[in-house]
Amino acid sequence: MVNRKRLLDSKQMARFVSDGFLRFDNLVPDDLNRAACAEMEQGIERRRGGVRLSEMWPAPSAIGEVFRLPEVQGIIHSLVGPDPLYDHHAVHTVDAGHLTGQVWHADAIIDTRLHFDIQFFYFAHDTPREMGGTLILPGSHYRRISESDIARYQNFVGQVPIVCGAGAMVVVHHGIWHCAQPNRTGRRRYMFKLRLNPTVRQLRLWNTDDLDDPAIPGILSANHRWYGNEVRIEIVNRIRFWRFLTGDERFDVSYWLSRLENQPETVLHVA
Amino acid sequence: MPQLRQKLLLLYLHNADLNSQVVSWTLYDGTGKETRTTGDSDAPPYGSVLAAMKDGWRVIQFPQQFPAYPGMEYNTSYLRYEYILEKMEETNG
Repeated sequence: MVNRKRLLDSKQMARFVSDGFLRFDNLVPDDLNRAACAEMEQGIERRRGGVRLSEMWPAPSAIGEVFRLPEVQGIIHSLVGPDPLYDHHAVHTVDAGHLTGQVWHADAIIDTRLHFDIQFFYFAHDTPREMGGTLILPGSHYRRISESDIARYQNFVGQVPIVCGAGAMVVVHHGIWHCAQPNRTGRRRYMFKLRLNPTVRQLRLWNTDDLDDPAIPGILSANHRWYGNEVRIEIVNRIRFWRFLTGDERFDVSYWLSRLENQPETVLHVA
Repeated sequence: MPQLRQKLLLLYLHNADLNSQVVSWTLYDGTGKETRTTGDSDAPPYGSVLAAMKDGWRVIQFPQQFPAYPGMEYNTSYLRYEYILEKMEETNG
């Protein structure tokens, strides 16, 4: 049973709904980071998608230990519930002196679900900007595109490179747009990616003590600017997602959906 | 013998007004002088399509505007206001 104190709170969940990712710096201790780096160099056991995460990487395994950390278990439980399914993992590398960025893409294919998978991006060693990091586009996760359909784009207002110290983790919604960045250093860069699927309905899985926090509508109204005039459509998609996550079918922000749902059927009888 | 080569600049705007702000940008340089890649700049080369036109770029494609398909009014996908601009430059080979 996951410790309730380790669960995400509602404001963090609202940020996930708006931005499509959450970042956790210094999450993994140094000794474990070093052991994970060594494992990544040797290769990490793969299994077919659909097995329980709890069956993956039994001790002794540094990568297994990383994902069994109470803090990481709290993140997992909050987003996809207890004991999710392992989908796949990848040890992503960018060789020293590789000067071309990966094209923008979202993983997998067009995915129309409200149910969602998560992907962890685990940075086990320091990743300064000259080493690249993964570039992500906040708020891109509702866009319906298939993998590298978006390869024509090079830069966006508000794009965020994950530049971090060893032990940082970023957890993203499956739809987030991202790309690996050039590595201008003399060392190979590693990033461990893990995709997980829920096995329970994703309904109030986090610590909801602050569910009525007045900051939440503001968080859900964030404007990432790169989608220009479509910001209101983005907010509508967040409202729908928040309703799905909370079970509150009347939730709204700035009256966007309430006015559309107002379709009175009462007929006045005139004398 | 100087030859002409095409440079393409793709600008994505806040809305359909050519004077509205650039929110995304891409450059493909057919002269071979410049190689661009993802994440290589944090600020657009021009503030708007109109600003690029004033610097000699020619708009060669406008985005068409379509009403939303029924049932897809709240779906989002690609950036809607994509303008493709070109500039021809001389090269030596």
